[in-house]
This record gives sequence, structure tokens and C-alpha cells, in this order.
Amino acid sequence: VTRRQIMVVAAAREIRDRELVFVGMRLPLLGFALAKATHAPNAIGLFENGVIRDRPPEGFLYTMGDPPNIVNALACLGLLDVMSLLQQGRVHAGFIGGAEIDPRGSLNTTRTEAAGKLVRLPGSGGAADIASLALRTILIMEHEPRRFRPRLDYVTSPGYVPGRRRGGPATLITTLGVFDVTPTGLRLRSRHPGVSVESIRDATGFPISAADDAPETIPPTEAELEHIRRADPDGFWTGRD
Amino acid sequence: VETPLTDKRASLHQALEAHVPDGSSIALGLSLESLIPFAAVHELIRLNRRHLTLIGPISDMAFDQLIGAGCVSQVIAAWVGNVAGGSGYAFRRAVEEGVPHPLEVEDHSNFTVGLALKAAAMGIPYLPTYTVRGSDIATGHPRIREVDDPFGGPPLLGVGALHPDVAIVHAQRADQEGNAHLWGNLGITVEAVYAAGTTIVTCEEIVSADVIRSDPNRTVIPGFLVGAVVEEPGGALPSSVQGYWRRDFEPFLEYHRQSKTAEGFASWRRDWIDGLQDRSQYLARLEPATLERLRVRERRLAAPANFAP
Repeated sequence: VTRRQIMVVAAAREIRDRELVFVGMRLPLLGFALAKATHAPNAIGLFENGVIRDRPPEGFLYTMGDPPNIVNALACLGLLDVMSLLQQGRVHAGFIGGAEIDPRGSLNTTRTEAAGKLVRLPGSGGAADIASLALRTILIMEHEPRRFRPRLDYVTSPGYVPGRRRGGPATLITTLGVFDVTPTGLRLRSRHPGVSVESIRDATGFPISAADDAPETIPPTEAELEHIRRADPDGFWTGRD
Repeated sequence: VETPLTDKRASLHQALEAHVPDGSSIALGLSLESLIPFAAVHELIRLNRRHLTLIGPISDMAFDQLIGAGCVSQVIAAWVGNVAGGSGYAFRRAVEEGVPHPLEVEDHSNFTVGLALKAAAMGIPYLPTYTVRGSDIATGHPRIREVDDPFGGPPLLGVGALHPDVAIVHAQRADQEGNAHLWGNLGITVEAVYAAGTTIVTCEEIVSADVIRSDPNRTVIPGFLVGAVVEEPGGALPSSVQGYWRRDFEPFLEYHRQSKTAEGFASWRRDWIDGLQDRSQYLARLEPATLERLRVRERRLAAPANFAP
């Protein structure tokens, strides 16, 4: 079992049946397909390019705009249509990836500094919209010390910042574990199999709340792995197990 | 009474020569990852256009290529990079080092860039929204200001109208007047076309007006908004065109690898832009097996809709 397969399963478990979910790219795409195939058959996925679908795609997806994501979609609309559903408060959950995170769950994907030099990142895409408007968000990131910053140079996607109207980040899924995101900081919910609490603290650039006996993330079942392999047959997103 | 047809057909070169002078602001890449008018992007590089402003939501590689070629002075977008690879290296070089020259960036979210175009499309100065409150996107932004709700609700952000000089859109089919059918995800295509001064349509095939008129709900772009229509099969490759072309994944990774350095970018440009005269030569340069793998042969036809009066 690869770390990324564990992350996909953790993402899928964040989706409840009958929810409207803003899916996004990469691992959440697979997580959505997995949730649909298992515990959330009536979940509906929204994609910012305007696609709404309630069936898993029939083929492998590199991007949300790939032709298999259009075939048998529920609707193909425009970006403002799906963003409007988000703004209305009808979208239960949304997935966002980040380059850097702070203790309040804000994400930076716009610009940072490394060795005193400006590093320009690609920008928000739809992330700032999902962060501002979804009823709850699920964050997905690589777990490295340099990505966990007490203060961000730039807040692209706001977490628990003053003036938030509703929602906020509920869960952070990283390559090392799963966390509750709260207005007062990160709390370890589970560590991935074989990862110690100490190594998670070492890999996080600010203090977190973590019980020494934090449980392990429940690994994927054989049936779940089967679904992931079907959606990602060459292990392009999840690696080879 | 038969309305006479206006023939707006042109070659891509003629269309861009006529409608996209130096200094133009161009909206493109409006469906997000699909239907990106790469043939037009590459022709703009060959035309050596300068001081362009690029407008779009995310831009999968297309903006990066124009920036690397020195065509661009400003980007107004939510995301600039390469969806498969992440970073856009030419974009990074321009912002971080001013190479090949400095680039002004107006950062947006997908929603705010869509609202800016929608406001222009509606002929109003701004549209209010609750998005990006608390995001630094809204901090000191030239086009985003806090506005009061005149009905007594909490304050919102007003996103100012954005009027591109020209929108460039790749469509599945159009008639010679530029009335265009598109299907699949539309992103912010409609908003950008209505906001723009004029639109250039490139398409897989030019069909008779009867084909277009048979299904007016699918006419996303009415021809009176179009300045030129170009039959350019494969004109969106390596991005996908529903019903015509699958996504060609390898060029995205290959460009990502090559464009990591300015020298690598120059070599990519020699091979894929300057070494080719037009899109037909691009298609001829692909392996026949690749071309066959990308071409959609299967039919998944929608049920016909009865428009009888």
C-alpha cells in the first residue's frame, strides 16, 4: 500500500452520501470516485470547469476536462454556475491542495521565499473560492517542514481568519497523517501506518496538538484498493503498491 | 426572407494579423483544460507579438509558452502553470528574474476572473461577491474593492469589469459567419466572448449554416460577435476536444521538462514553433500512431432534440 493510496482512502472517507462535493484535481478526483463506488453512491461532484457528475468516469483522468469526465455527466455548464452553487452555500465539502499551510489552515499557493529569493507559485485557481464558500473544506498536502509555516507570506485560500462567514477547513490529509483543523491549530487525528507521532512533530514547522497514542489511519481494504487501481491503473497519481 | 451570409472565414495567420495587434488584451483558455486554442497561441509566437495582456482562469501551459516567447507584458489570471507538471517555469523566470522581460501579474481566483468578465458582458461596472474575503488576492487589488450591500446585509467585494480586446476560442464546429457550436465543459467561454471587443473562432470543421441552425441551444457563440472564423482541425492539441481529440499528455510533460531552463525553452521553441509553419505541420510532426491514438473515432451521439414548431 502506498502513502498516496492511503491519502485517497482518507479523502474518500471525508465524503458523505448525498453530499455536493467540489472535487478538484489529482488525489481528490480518485477519492471522489472511490467514495461513489463504496459508501457515498449518491454523492454529486462539481468541477470548476462546469462539469457536474454523479457517476464515476469510465476512463483514466489526467484532468477534470478530459473527455471521460464529460461522457455521461449530469450536466456540462459554465464555471459561474458551479461557483454560484458554492456561493449559495449548497456545496457541503470541497477539496484543496496547498504548497504551504499555517496553523489556522490558511494555504499559500501564490508566492513564497526560499533562501531569501522570491518563488512564484501558480496561484489560486479555484482554491480561494472553495476555501471562502464551501460549508467545509478538506486540505491535501505533502508533509514537509518547509511547507508548515507559523506565518504565510501570502494567504491564497483563507482558513480560520477573522471575518470568515461560514465553513472553514475541517480536515487536513498529508503524506504522514490526518488532522483536525481548528481555529486554534492542528490536532493529529491519525498517523499513517508506520509513521510515529514524533516524526510528524519533526516534519511540522509549528507546534501541533497530538496524543502520544494517536491511532493509525485505517488502511485501505482490498476492495478499496481494487477501486483505486481501476481508476489509476498505471499508478500515475498513487504510485505502485 | 433569406439573410445573406457574411463570410468571415480566414486563415489563422490572417485572423490574428487583422484582429490581434501588439498590445492587445486576449482572453483564451476559457474552458480550462480542454479546447485551448494552441494553434493560435503558437501562431502568435511566430508573429512575434509584443506587449500582450493575457486573460484567463487557469492556463494549462499556453500562457507559459507566450510568456517564455516574450510576447506578454501582463497576465490577469487565477493560475499560471502546467496542470500535469505544476509550475510554469517561463512564468516563474519572468516574475522572479524579469527574463525575458518583467511581467505584471493581476492575481485572481477562478470565480473573480469569471465575475470580472461577466460584469463586462452585462455592461455593468462590477459584480458583488462573497468570495476571496480574507484572501490576500483581495489585498490592494486594482479590480477588487469592498462594497456595501444596499439591502443591509454584510459587506461584499465588488469585482470590476474586465473588457478583453479579443477572445480566442476553439470550437467543435462553426458556420462561415462564425456561429459556433461547443459542447462539453464551457468554463468562462460565454462570459469572455460577450465581454470581448471581438472573438476569433478556430474550429474543427466549418459546416453549413443549416447544421448550426438545427440546434440553436448549442450555439454558444453567435456569429455577430465573431471577427473571424478559422477551420483548424487539431487546433487545440495537445488539449482535448470532446468528440474529436483526446488529451495528448506527453507534450505537457515534455514541455515541463524542457522549459525548466531558458535554453531548454529556446530549443522547444525551435522544434515546435519556429521550425513549423502552421498547424498542419504540427500534426504532420506527430507520430502517425500518436495521431491515431488521439483521434476520436467512436461515436457517442446525443439524442436528437425535436425543434418542430
